[in-house]
Amino acid sequence: MMRLTQGTFSFLPDLTDDQIESQVRYALNNDWPINIEYTDDPHPRNTYWEMWGLPMFDQRDAAQVMVALDECRKTYPAHYIRITAYDRGPGRQSVALSFIAQRPKDEPGFRLERQVSGDRRLSYQTHSYATDRPAGERYGA
Amino acid sequence: MDGDTSGKRSGRWSAGVMEYRKMGYWQPDYEPKDTDLLCCFRITPQDGVDPVEAAAAVAGESSTATWTVCWTDRLTSFENYQAKAYRVDPVPGSTDSWFAFIAYDIDLFEEGSITNVAASIIGNVFGFKPLKALRLEDMRFPLAYVKTFQGPATGIVVERERLDKFGRPLLGATIKPKLGLSGRNYGRVVYEALKGGLDFTKDDENINDQSFMRWRDRWLYVMEAVNRAEAMTGEVKGHYLNITAGDMEAMYERAELAKELGSVVVMIDLVAGYTAMQSMAKWCRRNNMVLHLHRAGHSTYTRQKNHGINFRVITKWSRLIGVDHIHTGTVIGKLEGDPHTTRSYLDNCRESFVPTNLQNGVFFDQDWGSLRKVMPVASGGIHAGQMHQLLDIFGDDVVLQFGGGTIGHPHGIAAGATANRVALEAMVFARNAGRDILTEGPEILADAAKGCAPLAAALDTWKDVTFTYASTDTPDFVPTASIA
Repeated sequence: MMRLTQGTFSFLPDLTDDQIESQVRYALNNDWPINIEYTDDPHPRNTYWEMWGLPMFDQRDAAQVMVALDECRKTYPAHYIRITAYDRGPGRQSVALSFIAQRPKDEPGFRLERQVSGDRRLSYQTHSYATDRPAGERYGA
Repeated sequence: MDGDTSGKRSGRWSAGVMEYRKMGYWQPDYEPKDTDLLCCFRITPQDGVDPVEAAAAVAGESSTATWTVCWTDRLTSFENYQAKAYRVDPVPGSTDSWFAFIAYDIDLFEEGSITNVAASIIGNVFGFKPLKALRLEDMRFPLAYVKTFQGPATGIVVERERLDKFGRPLLGATIKPKLGLSGRNYGRVVYEALKGGLDFTKDDENINDQSFMRWRDRWLYVMEAVNRAEAMTGEVKGHYLNITAGDMEAMYERAELAKELGSVVVMIDLVAGYTAMQSMAKWCRRNNMVLHLHRAGHSTYTRQKNHGINFRVITKWSRLIGVDHIHTGTVIGKLEGDPHTTRSYLDNCRESFVPTNLQNGVFFDQDWGSLRKVMPVASGGIHAGQMHQLLDIFGDDVVLQFGGGTIGHPHGIAAGATANRVALEAMVFARNAGRDILTEGPEILADAAKGCAPLAAALDTWKDVTFTYASTDTPDFVPTASIA
């Protein structure tokens, strides 16, 4: 078992709803709209998690963001869910904050595959055990 | 009188020696053009040398002049090519030095070449006998000239997207001991530190290709460690492989293997030179690689106030040259760094526009246009117990590097890394949640340590370590009365 440490706060204990809301409020105060994303493919280079609807460009109410998060959790109780905040400001136009708001109970982790070639060189592939199963059936539930 | 070969001075173009100020290098009424390069020098003339003449001499010797009149100037539209000293102010608090402001026409400089800029501005004049000392304090690059540079190969925004790390400083550590480890042992340190929670580890400036560890062996063991740590954490990790070598061919060879093995970052030392840095910046842009710059050697000419170059100028040159990371000092750690001076480095790394700010030693507005941004790196004598101060000084866009503060942890390297990462995330979280981290920092860390034994041990080990020495390089300015 391992703990996926992507996201801004993965070294802290899992965040409570109040804690999540405090970070959402911080983002909204900075004028960073929230996007909720989910996946059951935790590969470190899986950039495009599924979007839970569109980014909430006009949602300024943290409580409403929490309602949307709850709906996402109910639909995907065993997926990873992350909250991302987006800064469209000039010179940035990118994600400003991104943290995991839900993770599966059991995280089987990754297998490192090594392919030996000449010259002592190895080429590496990181393989998620979870993705051995079809999408949607990876973390129980 | 034209054609006079008698050697007697009688006019502007007579052969012989003439004061620089009379040759057009002092123009107090000159209004700098938007396209001029501007410099502020701190000049310390020899006793008895007039500061205006000294300033004019600096302008002359760093542009078209030599010690005597040359008729060949008259084959050129020399008014354009002469640099113009246009202002000389006494340095506040000093009796023997002045700030001299000099404007250079943009046509004096090759497009996209800091090497050429350096050859002009600092090429000859720093050894000029009528001056006791000379220091380049600041430069203003016109946007028209900025646009002739590629700029950072990757930049802060794209680096974060590539690494999938947002909303917090990145964490790194330099592998210690910096000399002597074998490749196999070196990779062990990399693995433990990355697995424990760091984003990056780093070669030190003087680890290249020595008998105890050849570069190729290091590359292979380090990439094993990086990949293994990625698999253990599910996070993208990197190690700055120092490609600095004795010649460019060797540097390209080392960079190519780093790319083939899948490294996300390589590094170069400042002592490799501006041309080498820019060649590697271009290589990095072509090859999707982050370029880390270690400012090895800079203190030989940046630290003393009266002579050399302020590091702010090196920071500007480095952003134009195109590095992605640059060490800027820590303010609170073991190496030189006044807070205001350091602020000017950070601003020139990360902002699109830096306004004049004499308190920070910034003498000119600098418009960077849309040139990509450089990630500052704070490294040297910092530890987890200072996390609130570090976050307050640097904000999110910085790499905080804890070398001894990771590897010297009493429970081991991975524990040291975890302590730093937990301290960092707890502090970012607290700041975002609205807490005043500067006053509540120690309490926030103590709370985080309750659930994290490595952090508790780190705080206990280094709790009283600070480096409180006066900085040698501080801005000289007259505070203006604030309007209450």
